[in-house]
Amino acid sequence: MSLFSVAVHIVPRRGLLDPQGKAVADALHSLGFADVRDVRVGRHLVVQADASSAADAEASVRRMCEQLLANPVTEDFELEAPRPA
Amino acid sequence: MRFGIVTFPGSNCDSDAYHAVADVLGAEAVRLWHKDHDLQGADVVILPGGFSYGDYLRAGAIARFSPIMREVVAHARRGAPVLGICNGFQIACEAGLLPGALLRNQSLKFVCCPVRLRVENAETLFTHRYAPGQLLSVPIAHGEGRFSADDATLDRLEGDGQVIFRYVDETGAVTDDANPNGSARNIAGIVSAEGNVLGMMPHPERAVDALLGSTDGLALFEGLLDRVAA
Repeated sequence: MSLFSVAVHIVPRRGLLDPQGKAVADALHSLGFADVRDVRVGRHLVVQADASSAADAEASVRRMCEQLLANPVTEDFELEAPRPA
Repeated sequence: MRFGIVTFPGSNCDSDAYHAVADVLGAEAVRLWHKDHDLQGADVVILPGGFSYGDYLRAGAIARFSPIMREVVAHARRGAPVLGICNGFQIACEAGLLPGALLRNQSLKFVCCPVRLRVENAETLFTHRYAPGQLLSVPIAHGEGRFSADDATLDRLEGDGQVIFRYVDETGAVTDDANPNGSARNIAGIVSAEGNVLGMMPHPERAVDALLGSTDGLALFEGLLDRVAA
């Protein structure tokens, strides 16, 4: 077993109203970033876990997302490739 | 008939709920700690409002893994009544007892005020003491109350009479202005397909005393008392 670090990005599902993202987009527009089309605000988690391989670490964190870290009704998640911690 | 009121770390409406059923209604009530594994004979379980586990991760996401929730879910699966109010609604959704999710209010503001509700289904365990379409004044107090579900789920909820309360204006009309949090289709409360789990963002337990502005919530608890006792 070795220690891996897996970064998780969780964002509101596309198509769902994200009022935080909209407020940030409005603020960027008022700063002059006229090119901004859309902003979505989510969460970034870094999980450190023992696993026998990078694939096992990723599978394990994926189950964590499905069971707790992301809400399957309203959120999507992406994992970054596990890195040795 | 015994009410059981769960206290999670961060619950803050557990005493209000206890007061409503024990002191105002005069029913038997027992307080349940989140680490308990025993509902102590409660016939109706109330998941109260508050900020369980500081709303960390998502409102209700961590409370659903409290030890007592195993018993609460089993209680609900047996068809016994569960009432989730505010944070309790969020916990019930996270626990899979109700469909959908409660998201950050569209305004991004915490909203604390009385709202007007319309009773959409007066034939449930929880609402049979109300008249169909009756208008109620009940307070809300939440930052994450925007009910959200996919269209197919919303259609099913509407078609099966599972939408119990809706936010309306003074005349009973469903309008955007009357929607305090941006909830899909102005939905304020729903029941499970079996009808035994009610989740609602407004606080009926804070509308049981004229001194505090409304007694419109009392009939919900009275209805449970006479239906479950019978």
